[in-house]
Amino acid sequence: MKVAREHYRSVKDLPADEIIAPGSPLCAGCGALTTLRLFHKVLGGNAVVVNAAGCMTLMATYPFTPLRSSWLYTTMASPSAGAQGLRDALDILMESGRLPKDENLNVLVLAGDGSTLDMGLSSTSGAIHRGLDFWYLCYDNEAYGNTGFQASSASPLNSHTATSPLGTPWVKKDIFEIWRSHRPPYVATISAHDAVDLAEKVERARPLRGAKLFVALATCPPGWGFEPAMGDDLAKLAVETGIWPLKEAVEGSIRHTFIPERRRPVEAYLEPQRRYRHLFQPERRPEAIAAIQEAVDRYWDATIASERP
Amino acid sequence: MTTTMLTGNASAAWGARLAEARYVPAFPITPQTEIIESLAGWFADGSMSGRFVTLDSEHSMMTAAGAAAAAGVRTFAATSSQGLLYAMEVLYTVAGWRVPFVLVNVSRGLSAPITLGPDHNDVLAARDSGFVQLHAETCQEVLDSVLMAYRIAEDDRVSAPVLVNLDGFFLSFTREPVELPDPEEVRRFLPSPEARPLGFTASRPAARGVAVLEGPTYSYFRYQLHLAVEQARAVHDEAAEEFERRFGRRYGAIDGYRLDDAETVLIMAGSFATKGRAAVDRWRSKGRRVGLLRLRMIRPWPAADLAAALSGRKAVAVLDQNLAPGLGGILFQEVAAVLAQCPGHPPVLRSFVGGLGGKEISRGEFDHLLNITEHARPDEGPVGPVLLMTAREAEQVGQRLRIAGHVPEEVVS
Ligand SMILES: Cc1ncc(C[n+]2csc(CCOP(=O)(O)OP(=O)(O)O)c2C)c(N)n1
Ligand code: SF4
Repeated sequence: MKVAREHYRSVKDLPADEIIAPGSPLCAGCGALTTLRLFHKVLGGNAVVVNAAGCMTLMATYPFTPLRSSWLYTTMASPSAGAQGLRDALDILMESGRLPKDENLNVLVLAGDGSTLDMGLSSTSGAIHRGLDFWYLCYDNEAYGNTGFQASSASPLNSHTATSPLGTPWVKKDIFEIWRSHRPPYVATISAHDAVDLAEKVERARPLRGAKLFVALATCPPGWGFEPAMGDDLAKLAVETGIWPLKEAVEGSIRHTFIPERRRPVEAYLEPQRRYRHLFQPERRPEAIAAIQEAVDRYWDATIASERP
Repeated sequence: MTTTMLTGNASAAWGARLAEARYVPAFPITPQTEIIESLAGWFADGSMSGRFVTLDSEHSMMTAAGAAAAAGVRTFAATSSQGLLYAMEVLYTVAGWRVPFVLVNVSRGLSAPITLGPDHNDVLAARDSGFVQLHAETCQEVLDSVLMAYRIAEDDRVSAPVLVNLDGFFLSFTREPVELPDPEEVRRFLPSPEARPLGFTASRPAARGVAVLEGPTYSYFRYQLHLAVEQARAVHDEAAEEFERRFGRRYGAIDGYRLDDAETVLIMAGSFATKGRAAVDRWRSKGRRVGLLRLRMIRPWPAADLAAALSGRKAVAVLDQNLAPGLGGILFQEVAAVLAQCPGHPPVLRSFVGGLGGKEISRGEFDHLLNITEHARPDEGPVGPVLLMTAREAEQVGQRLRIAGHVPEEVVS
């Protein structure tokens, strides 16, 4: 079931303009880049991207940048503080008449899950709490990708990373709920697989003042272990198995923008990925797979009970 | 121009106010708090315009400060001790962005053990970050240095952040008569805060802080920063000259006291230099040829000034209010490096460490230091740093150790 859309009916309605030029040193089939490309074209080019250390940092390497927008690389822990400084500065400049309104910029934090859920959480929590008017895009590839795919607190249960060779023993942190507990005007999960849903959400957030926070599941060929061409299939499976729910919270109240009526078993999503291979080879580990399935089922049982009258 | 009684902290805040800083990201730490509380009040009552915002940490505060400065807004920040170290990653980052703003550090000893009293290990930990560093001795100098710091930071030849240091407690909470410069005169001394170039606009997108993955290009940018900080030496003097013209007070990169015919020179930094001057006066009254050299500018390191001031002397003592474990006094090392390259360098060079964590430096300790230095022989070779402490203080330490059960009764008596 999909919610009714107000701004975009199909991908054809999305702006044709590209903000990111092709050609970057990122991996082939990088889901994070695709997400940013879509997100940015909907948001528009009048933006300054405040970046945290991670894979996307390598998008702009001197003297090149693929962006038509502005860029400020900060640190791993403080992109939202960078956003605070920039937003405040732009506002001060507009108030004193030095920056004409049409020269104003959206401030967009671009950070991975490691920065977002771990080191940078304090600076983002502060920025949301202070009501900072900014955009935040977390591309969640479920590990510290740039350093070679080590476990972050977004790494899902039983997934293999370079520092959890037997599978991550912890459950993924729920950044959507952590953010939502701060009462920002807008929080959403998105997926590059559903570009219309993504675009719709950017549009719904646009008129709101305050933190507009997005977390996207970002398929990562080298980290997850799959052929780059399969990226969209996996993104689609993540949504159809119910592993990656698409939802939003406006002023705190949640609704799911897509409810998979007949969820596919999580195995369909897990098995093609090398990071889950130990669940299937040398022999199947049904209890480990079942633990993942049960968490998904519990989530959707509760969701359907609360969102269906 | 009015004269009023101000603490060092209030003087720092007045510096930011008179410089018309438009943005102050803040985070509290003793003994810096009075600075940000004063500024918060002035933004609230309209005496200052722009924004004051409390961040979630000094790491965030420094990032916000750098970002706002990059966007073209005159920015001020203040911290101390643990806060400066918490922000250390960002000090290097924003210096690398080449953004001009002013940071005041109120010196305080570092943990562990956690303490509140001042010494210079905090600020010297930042000496290689790419910030210009000025150390003040008096409340007046704090205020004046903040104004000069904006001139230096925003000069195109420098375009780097400037740190102004004052000692916690001894300066931060001590009231001294301070002349408040006339705001109109400050406006003539400093470029308008509205004249800063804008960093990011819709029609002129820019990329800042981009990755540089080739060693040669990285080397180029780091060396550029080195040259820029070195430029601050000359820019400081130009600013000092105009400052004197407008406000009647003159500051040098180094500050000599009774140096003219001095054979023995004591080198210090910060507010304790006032105590050093008193020691020099006492020794002078006994006919001894001693003088004091206060280090005001720590970065860029005023090597040429030091070489000129010290060559031909008989003995030099460096009194460090810091301790690099396994090395000794930090400034001693830097002075020694200058003298090693200086023809006619003084045959005697001695290192002393004192005043750690706010410990007093008494008359007796100054006398002891000058005595050792005067009587040292050039052929003694390197002598480790002498830790200054009075017998009474040592007894006090012993008492604490006994109470804590860390030494048996008979060992420390
Ligand atoms: C303070 C600090 N610690 C560690 C690093 C090393 N580091 C650079 S990128 C990165 C991984 C970031 O992970 P994430 O935020 O998930 O982004 P991704 O790399 O996956 O794009 C790490 C650990 C750093 N840059 N800064
Ligand atoms: S490691 Fe993953 S997230 Fe990083 S650039 Fe490659 S595909 Fe993208």
